[in-house]
Amino acid sequence: AAAQSRPSALQSGESLATLKNESDSLKKKLEEERAKLHDVELNQVAEKVELVSALSIRTRRVLKGHGNKVLCMDWCKDKRRLVSSSQDGKVIVWDGYTLNKEHAVTMPCTWVMACAYAPSGCAVACGGLDNKCSVYPLSLDKNENLAAKKKSVAMHTNYLSGCSFTNSDMQLLTSSGDGTCALWDVESGQLLQSFHGHTADVLSLNLAPSETGNTFVSGGCDKKANVWDMLPCASVSCRLYDLRADREVAVYQKDSIIFGASSVDFSLSGRLLFAGYNDYTINVWDVLKGNRISVLFGHENRVSCVKVSPDGTSFASASWDTSLRIWA
Amino acid sequence: MRMSSKTPSANSIAHARRTVQQLRIEASIERIKVSKASADLMNYCGEHVKYDPLVMGIPASENPFKDKKPCTIL
Repeated sequence: AAAQSRPSALQSGESLATLKNESDSLKKKLEEERAKLHDVELNQVAEKVELVSALSIRTRRVLKGHGNKVLCMDWCKDKRRLVSSSQDGKVIVWDGYTLNKEHAVTMPCTWVMACAYAPSGCAVACGGLDNKCSVYPLSLDKNENLAAKKKSVAMHTNYLSGCSFTNSDMQLLTSSGDGTCALWDVESGQLLQSFHGHTADVLSLNLAPSETGNTFVSGGCDKKANVWDMLPCASVSCRLYDLRADREVAVYQKDSIIFGASSVDFSLSGRLLFAGYNDYTINVWDVLKGNRISVLFGHENRVSCVKVSPDGTSFASASWDTSLRIWA
Repeated sequence: MRMSSKTPSANSIAHARRTVQQLRIEASIERIKVSKASADLMNYCGEHVKYDPLVMGIPASENPFKDKKPCTIL
């Protein structure tokens, strides 16, 4: 066969083939390395661990006020306030102890899919079908219109699916249906870092707890969870992935569970995993032993978001039934 | 044999290079065995579980979300 006459084209052809060979052999090597480390299952190691005694968790508060599905919520660091966002276009800040609605903002769009409380407790961030993430400083003056001080920070080319402040009020991490995650400077609105790697919509993100706070995980419709270093489709199973073993170490699922889980969070010690499902329930899993400890009923539609409070005394759930519940 | 008339674009080479770079990073990280990772997870849970209110349960008087005795507003 006649070779290509242009030397640069031949070079390209050659390096593409060698690059493909190298990536194939690296992938194979990675598979082998990971398999070697899979010497035991987590639940086998945890056989001798004491069982968790019966939990007396039930609904302690029901927060009503949204006109449509509640899509997201977040706790304030003061362990008593929460922010929630809804398909109805509203973002509400609640006092979880008294059920008072302290602030309410009407967004210019419906489906506000993401909201987050700033670490200082002085602002909230939210966004959704407007493809943006905006920050609203919370005013002590009840008469002040919060929308007047609104600051648009993040701009994506598709819906905002998740947002989280990093260690301070100054930086915001976002995930989007446009397949990317991004880190923004709140003051200037500048894009600091962009994370490409998902091949489909990113549905959620979560920051690793640490003082330096420079790692986060995102999960997406491409069924991949990516772990990023800074300089999110509901699945029927919940999986625990250990970063140091670089593999999955536990799967939390039952044949009787046929609806997807939308959101998960750990209890303070990591022993319990709370997962909210599309069948309106919340399942409590023993992280070490792998079994389901209890099922919590109460919501009358899908559970969209589950978060444990900052001091671990309770957890909150948001639902398409337009309410939020606090469980303890 | 017919050679493909399509030459690899600069894009596909750049993409292949990025893929190889990423895989090299992943191949170089140190991994530990699941048995060790599991033991660490167990130890962490064991050390912290006594401070986990949702596992241990705390008395209603100490949990702001649990019902206290009903009070009358005078």
